[in-house]
Amino acid sequence: MIDLQFFARYRDVLGCGAEQLPWDDSLRTLGDVRDRLLSRGEAWQVLAEPRLMCARNQTLCDLATPVADGDEVAFFPPVTGG
Amino acid sequence: MRICVQTDSFDPGALLNQMHADYRGTGAVVGFVGYVRDFNDGDPVSGMWLEHYPGMTEKALADIVEQAQTRWLLHEVHVLHRVGQLEPGEPIVFVGVASAHRQAAFEANTFIMDYLKTRAPFWKRESTPQGERWVDAKHSDEQALTRWQASESKPS
Repeated sequence: MIDLQFFARYRDVLGCGAEQLPWDDSLRTLGDVRDRLLSRGEAWQVLAEPRLMCARNQTLCDLATPVADGDEVAFFPPVTGG
Repeated sequence: MRICVQTDSFDPGALLNQMHADYRGTGAVVGFVGYVRDFNDGDPVSGMWLEHYPGMTEKALADIVEQAQTRWLLHEVHVLHRVGQLEPGEPIVFVGVASAHRQAAFEANTFIMDYLKTRAPFWKRESTPQGERWVDAKHSDEQALTRWQASESKPS
């Protein structure tokens, strides 16, 4: 399983903040996970935004980062704290 | 270092005084406070909701402070950031840096704020007369990082 998390505007657009995605061998990177979600249809295209940020196990990373069964993966828009 | 993510408000003056009380040998304390503005992007703002990524937020802030501590010799660093519902005029964030000399304290404080704004998982949603809207990230905040990436300074 991959523990998916969505935040802020992405959570609003997708209508969910978290879900469990069954893991399989074709999910090698965060990019693969993102592509799997994009294939679900229109609302999910928000994850195609060029400025999308992502984290693996609560550490910022990029879409080329490898993913493993049991990981926590988060997708979110650019951060705006401070 | 002290890292706090909290809903409660805070007294910036008390935090600044506490930094010196905790480290009386320090020669310089630089404090930065960010506040909720009542106006943004041409519209009045009546309130703000701050969301974050619990667990990752604290780790991201600690990582930023650790990076600052490798670049400058610092006595103490305190980062406090609020989450939840805030009103115009309320303080959002405090960054306090204590060091032997002002230059290191000023630079480290700026470095921490630059990275906090672009790497720590917080998101602002404003209440305006047109309704609620998520605040867009500014390209200028991302560009501010280049000054640090171009110059790897040794602790001073």
